[in-house]
Amino acid sequence: MSPRAAWLLEALGFTDVSHYLGGISDWSAAALPIGGHLAEELTIGTLARRDVTTCHLGDPVDGILERMGREAYAACFVLNDEGVLLGRIYRSDLRAGRGPTAADAMRPGPSTYRPDMTAGDMLARMREHNLHTAPVTTSDGKLVGLVRRGELARAVEPKRQRSSSKPS
Amino acid sequence: MPKTIGREEVRRLAAAGAQIVDVLPPEEYAHAHIAGAMSLPLKELTPELVRARLDPTRPIVVYCYDPT
Repeated sequence: MSPRAAWLLEALGFTDVSHYLGGISDWSAAALPIGGHLAEELTIGTLARRDVTTCHLGDPVDGILERMGREAYAACFVLNDEGVLLGRIYRSDLRAGRGPTAADAMRPGPSTYRPDMTAGDMLARMREHNLHTAPVTTSDGKLVGLVRRGELARAVEPKRQRSSSKPS
Repeated sequence: MPKTIGREEVRRLAAAGAQIVDVLPPEEYAHAHIAGAMSLPLKELTPELVRARLDPTRPIVVYCYDPT
């Protein structure tokens, strides 16, 4: 649709016209500012915790385990230099002796979710699949943060209770 | 010939004052659009409307939902 619009604008005499290939789908999945009804929804991009434990492929596992203990997270996300999520390491993996580096210990390709997913939809999915946490990434794989099921429930359900108690 | 650009180039152009144009139907624009974008649905892109709404001296970026 937008390539045709760009060509039409050029035909009408506009000389500096570009077409954004990714569109609103790519933009909102990158957690960039949007307007409209979706901007008023609670999304996982807003609710994701940013203070997650991260490491790089070559990091030794000893230091990672120590940091995970200090930061009270059960998992560490393995990123490349661009911030793209490559894998996840659980504390139990390290205690079981996986290593010696993050690349050896990680479980590659964790399932990820986009920041523009609504908190209600994410909560339903986590319940359906019995997930307690889930990483949130942009459409090009960069880590945004981590959502926790309990935190989503607290954010979503008081709102539902308020709306269901309204007089009809 | 219109240029095909990615997200970072859109951000750069928007910061430099480009006109960001959502060509989706009005109900899609109402659901979600790039902050600051104007709505000019493709089906309404008549010469009169675009000349009234768009500044020919500034860059224009058009977008829809996704590449499909």
